Amino acid sequence: MASISTIARGVVAVVATVALAAACSSGTSSDGGASAAPGQLTGRGPITLAQGKDTSGNVQNQINAWNKLHPKETVRLVELPESADQQRQQMVQNAQTKSDAYTVLNLDVVWTAEFAANRWVSPLPKDQFDLAKFLPSAVQTGVYRDNLYAAPWKTDAGLLYYRKDLLQNAGISAPPKTWAELQTDCGKIKGADCYAGQFDKYEGLTVNFSEAVDSAGGTVVDDQGKPNVNTPQAKQGLDFLVQGFKTGLIPKEAITYQEEDARRAFEKGKLVFLRQWPYQWALSNKAPKVKGKFDVAPLPGLNGPGAPTLGGHNLAISSFAKNKATALDFIKYLTSVDTERLNLVASSEAPTLASLYDEPALQKKFPYLPTLKASLLNAKPRPKAVRYNDVTTAIEESAYAALTGKMTTDQALAGLQSKLGQLIQP
Amino acid sequence: MTAVLPSASRARPAPSARRMLPYAGMAVVVLYCLVPFYWMVVSAFRRPEDQFDNAALPSPWSIKNFTAVFKPDVGFQRALLNSLVVAGVTTVITLLVGTLTAYALARLDFRFKNAVLGLIIATSMFPGISLIIPLLKLFSDIKWINTYQAMIVPTLSFALPLAVWNLTAFFRQMPAELEQAAMVDGCTRGQAFRKIIVPLAAPGVFTTAIITFIAAWNEFIIALSMVNKKEMQTATVSISKFTGAYGFDQPFGTQMAAGVIVTVPLVIVVLIFQRRIVAGLTAGGVK
Amino acid sequence: MSTTIAGPPAARGRRRGDVRGSGRLAGMLLSPTVIVLALVVGYPVIAAFRESLYQRGEGLDANGFVVQGDKFVGLRNYTDIFTGPNSGAFWNAFGNTTFFTVVTVVLETVLGVTMALVMHRAFRGRGFVRASILVPWAIPTVVSGLLWRWVFQADGIANAMIGRQVLWTTEGFHAKVAVIIADTWKTAPFVGLLVLAGLQVIPREVHEAARVDGAGAWQGFWRITLPMVKPVLLVAVLFRLLDVLRMFDLPVVLVGLHKDSVETLTMIAYNEATNLRYGPAAAYATILFLYVAAVAYAFVKLLGADIIGDMRQKRTPRPAPPKKKRLTVPAEVAA
Repeated sequence: MASISTIARGVVAVVATVALAAACSSGTSSDGGASAAPGQLTGRGPITLAQGKDTSGNVQNQINAWNKLHPKETVRLVELPESADQQRQQMVQNAQTKSDAYTVLNLDVVWTAEFAANRWVSPLPKDQFDLAKFLPSAVQTGVYRDNLYAAPWKTDAGLLYYRKDLLQNAGISAPPKTWAELQTDCGKIKGADCYAGQFDKYEGLTVNFSEAVDSAGGTVVDDQGKPNVNTPQAKQGLDFLVQGFKTGLIPKEAITYQEEDARRAFEKGKLVFLRQWPYQWALSNKAPKVKGKFDVAPLPGLNGPGAPTLGGHNLAISSFAKNKATALDFIKYLTSVDTERLNLVASSEAPTLASLYDEPALQKKFPYLPTLKASLLNAKPRPKAVRYNDVTTAIEESAYAALTGKMTTDQALAGLQSKLGQLIQP
Repeated sequence: MTAVLPSASRARPAPSARRMLPYAGMAVVVLYCLVPFYWMVVSAFRRPEDQFDNAALPSPWSIKNFTAVFKPDVGFQRALLNSLVVAGVTTVITLLVGTLTAYALARLDFRFKNAVLGLIIATSMFPGISLIIPLLKLFSDIKWINTYQAMIVPTLSFALPLAVWNLTAFFRQMPAELEQAAMVDGCTRGQAFRKIIVPLAAPGVFTTAIITFIAAWNEFIIALSMVNKKEMQTATVSISKFTGAYGFDQPFGTQMAAGVIVTVPLVIVVLIFQRRIVAGLTAGGVK
Repeated sequence: MSTTIAGPPAARGRRRGDVRGSGRLAGMLLSPTVIVLALVVGYPVIAAFRESLYQRGEGLDANGFVVQGDKFVGLRNYTDIFTGPNSGAFWNAFGNTTFFTVVTVVLETVLGVTMALVMHRAFRGRGFVRASILVPWAIPTVVSGLLWRWVFQADGIANAMIGRQVLWTTEGFHAKVAVIIADTWKTAPFVGLLVLAGLQVIPREVHEAARVDGAGAWQGFWRITLPMVKPVLLVAVLFRLLDVLRMFDLPVVLVGLHKDSVETLTMIAYNEATNLRYGPAAAYATILFLYVAAVAYAFVKLLGADIIGDMRQKRTPRPAPPKKKRLTVPAEVAA
């Protein structure tokens, strides 16, 4: 037996040694952190664009076009993993190691505050972008403390997809503008579940929760950036979803839905109404069961049209990169009218330039553009928080607990308010 | 020599049932392992638009998912090659280094032996994801980013402990007397080890090789973090970057097809190798 | 094994003398492994321990920038884990991790040993079974996680087969079951493969002896086969323990992050690091490391006699226990 305890002692000894070594090395100076020199976008030469999926392949096309014109300032696409979490993770690691591997970062709109406050991205010269031409809500997503850190590139907002054939058969002439109308409409339609959104415990739940709260006239975080979610309005918003699950207005399985699950349910004919991003338009028009039988409308709200939550991606320049002047030119190129138009046609991703929504040729190809523009003008951003990840986790926790009946809406909102109070610093 | 054994026999089940039993057991094992895999294969052969059918067979069959895996801009061939290099080199180094270490631990007597065993396994106790950032900093400093060694060396860190402990266990299972007899016959220690122990332990060494190779082949987070050039990425990293046709599309079918592509050749190679190597070595070792 | 073989006394004596001078040789043979591990694991582990004593600045300055610089906080990251506002999440994850470990390791051991025995008994088709057993283990975890995610989704094949709609990926015990099924499927073959190799390494004579003995299949298993493969089995189980205790990607892919029912300690550590709380993340990792070390220690202490069997034999030579069979290996084998 002696040898057994010796080996065990060996294990312990190792632990102790390592711990000791750690204690000894703790004197080394802590990470000072190189502060980014603001406004100095200098240097020309080859750069990279780091982003997740280039699903349409169009980004590569646009890079090729750029590279032909700028043979000495070529751009290389660095593809990050498919999942948004992992994209952020890779960008954060890049910043932690102060690596110059990524030059231009394709940032999700909710990451701006974190990347700006940590000085991982350089401020952009506002005067070099014609910001008035962009959708104001999209511009705001790239701003942190009045400075522009990310140029608006692609935007997104939720729409209400509805089955116009079912509504017509039931003698309903227009899509619902309020939740009450939505409920009455469903009362007249048999054979399909009424409504769904994205309610799995992930970022989509934060979006759907915020939309419900905003559409009832509440806020998650107010205009001054202070959390203010424990209000009667917010409660009415959350109650719409909670009661929806309780009464069967929303099918039970919607608690597992992310975007694609919801789309499949809609395309199988299981749903009358669905809250969904614009990407579904083209796809559902190829789905045999619902092809040509659906349309989109602005999201309904408590007392009138609701307020969708903004999505989208912006372009920023890594603080640790070289050749930032080239990067700035490249960002201007990607956000120019011609490039955005080409991108809309090729990828059907919503542009940030307002004028494109009014072009007749584009409206013909994408009939939902006017509805989307109206929604975007009315859209609300998610909380601008340096610790956005913690904020969204807190929102998901509370909303999920309320939807699954683990907490009352009052408890959930009170808990969320106090958590957000700790997470969001004035 | 003879084995000293009391030979008492007992009632046994009827011979036919006795003979059938292992085969029934085999069938159960095969079903257990292959039914979920079957689902993977079937999903891979569905058309992307029928991805979520629950039918037992795809209708119609489609190789769209497989062609998507090998689309030129994905660079999956290159990724497979990179995986092969990383996993292959890792396996060879692990076996060479691990065999020596395991031999020392199984056969030699020295101080701190248990501390060494403890140290080796202790390295397997730290959550791998916590090692990434320090390693990334280190490798950035020494300019190892986008190199094979940046993937191989960290992969060794989890392959080695498993290999060393495994091989030590296998070597210890060998009666030391075999070696001693060989050394009496004039073999050096090294010869005795190489000619007697390694061949006898061949199934163990081979299994260790398979396990090491698969562990390295499936490694993801290190390969993802240490490389940002497409030409250097491995198959698992490439799979994580698969995209559907549009923003929210989960490329499930393509990922399943890729899963089949990375798994099946591996299994076939193992099947071929085990016949050749194991049969050959064991035949040579034991008369 | 070690106690059942009685070698010729002369050889024993010779070996002992021989072994004394082997310290230097051992050093040479061990150094490559130790160097590699020290470089790749030692350095990051020490860095992580150091990190765990610091906290990264989270406050914002007047312009909204994060105040840079790490602050030495001593053991606060550790005490916060047990007593801070998130201690509930820690104990929940601790419970999940332990639960997964106990259940999956027991299942995998039983299944793995059964698989190995089945394969070892079969004479024809062994190659095929062995290849198919390799399949679950060979599929990359991320891919098999996705596969199971689709199997377990609301309109997936699992629900179609049981004819009921269980929402597997929602919070609740069913989410744990899904993770256990997927993990057991994937890793029981690992145990099976190693044990099979262990069975194959057993000299043929022992098998024949066992067969001749005919003490009943069950008794033969307990008294001969199991003790013989015990070292390999224990190593296999030990490494399964280490792996399951650090389980991460399977629950993340299959069920999702932040789901309390399946949140493991590694997931918490990951979550902290993701949110730039590197100090607390390192503290979680360290605590997990200590927990894993403690479990491994207990395991080796309780069951590990045979992992280091020959040492014991050498130090305290003792006769074979009367109940066990005495086996001697024919000398010709070595020739």
